[in-house]
Amino acid sequence: MKTRIYSVLVENRSGVLCKVAGLFSRRCFNIDSLAVGETDDPEVSCMTIVSSGDERTIEQIEKQLNKKLDVIKVKTFAEQQCVTRELMLIKVKYNKNNRREIMEICESMKAEIVDMSKHFMMLQICNTPEKVKILIQLLQSISIVEVARTGTLALAKCIENDDSK
Amino acid sequence: MIGADAIIKCLEEEGVTTVFGYPGVAIAPFYNSILESNIKTVLVRTEQNAAHAASGVSRMTGRPGVCAVTSGPGATNVITGIATAFADSIPLICITGQVNSELLGSDVFQEADITGAVESFVKYSYLIKNVNDIPRVFKEAFYIANTGRKGPVLIDIPIDIQNAGINKFKYPEEVNLRTYKPTVKGHAVQIKKVIRELEKAKKPIICAGGGVLLSEAEGELQHFAEIHNIPVVSTMMGKGVMPTEHPLYFGMVGNNGKAYANRAMNESDLLIMVGARVADRAVSQPDLITRDKVLVHIDVDPAEIGKNAGPTIPLVGDAKHIFQDFEKEEFSCNCVEWIRTLNGYRTTMEKKRTPNPSYVDPAAFIAKLSDKMEENAVFVADVGQNQIWSCGYAKVKKGKFLTSGGMGTMGYSIPAAMGAKTAVPDRQVVAVCGDGSFQMSMMELATMRQHHIAVKIVVLKNNYLGMVREYQHYTYKDNYSVVDLSGSPDLEKLAAAYDLPFLRLEDMGKCEETIDAFLKEDQSVLLECLIDPMDLVK
Repeated sequence: MKTRIYSVLVENRSGVLCKVAGLFSRRCFNIDSLAVGETDDPEVSCMTIVSSGDERTIEQIEKQLNKKLDVIKVKTFAEQQCVTRELMLIKVKYNKNNRREIMEICESMKAEIVDMSKHFMMLQICNTPEKVKILIQLLQSISIVEVARTGTLALAKCIENDDSK
Repeated sequence: MIGADAIIKCLEEEGVTTVFGYPGVAIAPFYNSILESNIKTVLVRTEQNAAHAASGVSRMTGRPGVCAVTSGPGATNVITGIATAFADSIPLICITGQVNSELLGSDVFQEADITGAVESFVKYSYLIKNVNDIPRVFKEAFYIANTGRKGPVLIDIPIDIQNAGINKFKYPEEVNLRTYKPTVKGHAVQIKKVIRELEKAKKPIICAGGGVLLSEAEGELQHFAEIHNIPVVSTMMGKGVMPTEHPLYFGMVGNNGKAYANRAMNESDLLIMVGARVADRAVSQPDLITRDKVLVHIDVDPAEIGKNAGPTIPLVGDAKHIFQDFEKEEFSCNCVEWIRTLNGYRTTMEKKRTPNPSYVDPAAFIAKLSDKMEENAVFVADVGQNQIWSCGYAKVKKGKFLTSGGMGTMGYSIPAAMGAKTAVPDRQVVAVCGDGSFQMSMMELATMRQHHIAVKIVVLKNNYLGMVREYQHYTYKDNYSVVDLSGSPDLEKLAAAYDLPFLRLEDMGKCEETIDAFLKEDQSVLLECLIDPMDLVK
């Protein structure tokens, strides 16, 4: 099993997300993570899909995506070829005994406190998917109330003569 | 001019002559406007058959057939027909009426999310929300359906859009789709590689699939095989790429094909798969076609190459263009010894049947029937044992052999034959079905009567769902479950009810005369052949 990141430029039309997601489920491809957003061109959206499979599956995913008429371009990367980021908001319940510990975790993980009440605080982290996962593990022993994650975003690393446009 | 008039104009621009369908309120404006046009309408008796009939048109003309149905149940009924066309890459335009666009999503009467429902069975689909988009959408739809890997395109049009006034009608001359540019021409380097392998090969073989017929490359393929003396086998969808009795044609491969065809394919040292998916029924063990041989896979759809078997030389492109390029290459290929071996296999490995003399032998009957059919006749096989016997024993001369290969949709033959006959009214069109598949489409006898579509129908009757019974015979040791067709109508009375001539063949005694009488009829005719219920295709 290998992990691949597919950066898929699609026509920004209704139903396209459904078609792409449907393709994955119909052909039994995994979706480990999916993030969608408009690009600098409002007619084009970028879907970042993290998937895994054997050689044949990895190749089929790219080919099948390319067959979709709403797909403009597919770029496939191994994880080390791109910069990946994920944003997470996480709400925890705190008390005076563990407040210090949470703050220390925040500091070491470069997470921020973005909201707070008497018993709850909300943290934000924007980092690689691995770091996000570590933060969850660290906070698990404390008391997580709820979590929202964006899914992985990725762009190929900067190289000169970049012809992705 | 309103949207519905614009749709008709689009169809006229595309040269459409017949629309198969079933009206309803949501498609009523369309069916009102079509009265002003020369386009012929055919009222099928259930929507699924409108799609099969359109598929029959496509396969005879090389242009997308068209069907038009109403919203809700009309649209959902047509899905099986669309999926059948999709599985065999048949170009189709399916127009569905839809509820008022302002009511979309509110579950009003006869609303169905048809574009959502057919997503995995269409090449593309449209839901038109602006009447001025009609010309562009139709231009694109016909282009998408009939280029690259062909397939069905569905256009869903709300009733208010059909009724809305259109500013000005101008049919676009060309399409502008930035995301769709199918590769047609083969890569020159890959073509050279194939030729180099052909020069080295001692036991080359071409396995042709339905893609060869879809690209209308039969002539090119046959010519190439003849000048270099290369043997050819085909998949089920490829049957008819060459005349069945051509000395270089060695039959259909696959688990329902000829043993000698499979052996030829597996023993070859160079296998050229062209327009074939390497699907499970044609190639049950993909490792056999990659082991100890060079595999060349030619397909217009890059996703098919390497999907089921990793080729030595992948070659993306349209079969017609590629064979034209092959022909420009000078090389020689010596296959005399190989062909002698294959002829030996053909003589020794042809399966000997032991037919029951109290019944019609379907194999001998089909061989005789196809032999007596006109040179350019169209043979439409249904699905089940009848299909396997038809594939195994029907001789295609210069005509066509149509069947539902990928989806295996029972009931395909009669509506597809109707479509084919409508497209080529001067040619003989014969549908062969079993008593199971016949009853899935027998409502279309009325359509044939109403529109004077002279399709000749053979029903191989054994009172069983024969193919399933055969499976239960082998897998469950004759523990039959839900395969008994008792209760079927008396076909003679049924023919009388539809005022159709009827013939019955009970054994091989009067086979010749009966076939002659059957083929001589110039109107639709029903021939019932009683076959041994215990007969097996394997």
